[in-house]
Amino acid sequence: MCGIAGLIHRGSSGDIGAEMTTMLQALKHRGPDSTGFAIYGIPVESDHVMRFKVAEQEDIGKGFEIHQQIKDRKAEVDKRIRSMDVEIVGEEQATEYAYRYRLRFPADDDGGQQRLKRFADYIEDVEGAEILSLGRALELIKDLGDAGIVSEQYDLAGFQGTHAIGHTRMATESDVDIRSAHPYWAYPFNDISVVHNGQLTNYWKFRRALEHRGHRFMSNCDSELIAVYLADRIERGDTLKEAMDRSVGELDGVFTYLVATADSLGMAKDTMAAKPMVLYESDDFVGLASEEVAIRGIMPDEIDTWDPYEGEVKVWQN
Amino acid sequence: MAELSPDDRHKSHDMGLHAEQLAGRTQQVFFYPEEGDNYTYPEGFDVDFTKKATIDAAEMDGPEVNLRIRELMGEGYGHIVVQNPLAKHSLGVGILNRLKLDFEGSLGYFGCGLVDGPNIHIKGRVGWSCAENMMAGVVVIEKNAGSTFGAALRGGDLVCKGDVGSRTGIDMKGGTIIIGGRAGAFTGFMMQRGRIVILGDAGINLGDSLYDGTIFVGGTIASLGVDAVPGEMTDVEARWLENKLATYGLEAPNGVANLTKIVAGKQLWNYDNLEPTEKKIAL
Repeated sequence: MCGIAGLIHRGSSGDIGAEMTTMLQALKHRGPDSTGFAIYGIPVESDHVMRFKVAEQEDIGKGFEIHQQIKDRKAEVDKRIRSMDVEIVGEEQATEYAYRYRLRFPADDDGGQQRLKRFADYIEDVEGAEILSLGRALELIKDLGDAGIVSEQYDLAGFQGTHAIGHTRMATESDVDIRSAHPYWAYPFNDISVVHNGQLTNYWKFRRALEHRGHRFMSNCDSELIAVYLADRIERGDTLKEAMDRSVGELDGVFTYLVATADSLGMAKDTMAAKPMVLYESDDFVGLASEEVAIRGIMPDEIDTWDPYEGEVKVWQN
Repeated sequence: MAELSPDDRHKSHDMGLHAEQLAGRTQQVFFYPEEGDNYTYPEGFDVDFTKKATIDAAEMDGPEVNLRIRELMGEGYGHIVVQNPLAKHSLGVGILNRLKLDFEGSLGYFGCGLVDGPNIHIKGRVGWSCAENMMAGVVVIEKNAGSTFGAALRGGDLVCKGDVGSRTGIDMKGGTIIIGGRAGAFTGFMMQRGRIVILGDAGINLGDSLYDGTIFVGGTIASLGVDAVPGEMTDVEARWLENKLATYGLEAPNGVANLTKIVAGKQLWNYDNLEPTEKKIAL
């Protein structure tokens, strides 16, 4: 079933960590297996934020050696970062296996798409290492458990930012692990993430086409395809809205998805309108969720909400 | 010897020529005749409409609210006001007697489902599947509604003064759904009986695969579904529409005479004259 939620503060920022936690906790019944957040902080000029992990949560209980392996893997990641002339200017450990790094690329390096790709490829080459997100504003956090557990684990309350999307997952077609949890980062594109409720029926057709165009996928999840598809269209010159409009015609199946970029939040619904979405929109705030009860968690006063219609695409900017 | 016709067999049985007790499926009954014509639900309550009570649902979950409504009905309260419903799910369900029930806010999924008799007023919005399987009564929503609004409705009036989502009245078997605004895709999908009145625009595939029933549309229709065809408005229908809309303070945008009527074309396979064996060959 899965639950998805999104919010954006228009022209301001807020405690999006706490807000998204409340929204996702209200959707816990739609998917108790894992919870994920894509939160967009205030960018620090020239710095990138990388969220990554070097093991799965379930690995921790599988033997005594994993603790040393985690240390070794992290050391190798650090070594490779420095070997690419990238400075680690900030380091936080969220869990035994998950980290948040603030990175500074060399001054003469624009941190362009190809540069990010080479960097990400080299880090992902370390055994067990998986980059969850890499961008100027995007921070992607996902783990097993409900929103309350994940939020506390990763200390998300108090996280100031402009917009966020989130997901509560009921595993149907892939494992209960962090890799299969949403949101998905559009590897290796800066700051693009997607959450999705539904199922794409022409996944393999588009994955083949996108792989032929040089894109790579980190999972076999159809939700990741939406992220890469949109990033590809944007790279080819589409605006976010144009890319999303095209996706409604080209992607087949039943779906409602939310996409976030560095400064925007978008929503698209398939032409059958088979998957739920409730929308609240005001001059300074937009909230969306699979169920209104999630929006009401952060807006207890009576508000006007409605269901977006079949084939509808909407984009809001911070 | 010639076979007796079924009529002759019944005559001979009535004359006492046959004493055997028939036990076939034709003799099977689910309800005892002693129940009488004025059947009431064992779970129904006699309530007094002058007795009013208020519930603040802010700190209660859905089942707690429903149980409280039930307790109050058991105490004879006929007018119950629920404050702060906060879009919680499955509120006001399974009410099987007359009751005036006011929600001072929005409901989540499956609100007011499986009801038979109450008059419910909702000041806010409702989520998916509001009033699913309603048998009788009135449910009025002041704002918008989610998808599958009035799914499998059997009777009563279900009124949304705002917009509704997709698949409104799916599998509807009776009653009336009135929508003040726009309706989403597949409205009236597989509708079998009853009426849907849409005063705004209708989405794609309106009345797809409807078996029977009637849909009236005041705005534009994005597209008709399979076997949904325009029909001709009768005077009786026009009068019925005038009265029904007036009851809820609504008006057709250009008068009821200009509503577009949609009915089943009845060209689907289940309406043809083929015998089952012939159908097998045809299929």
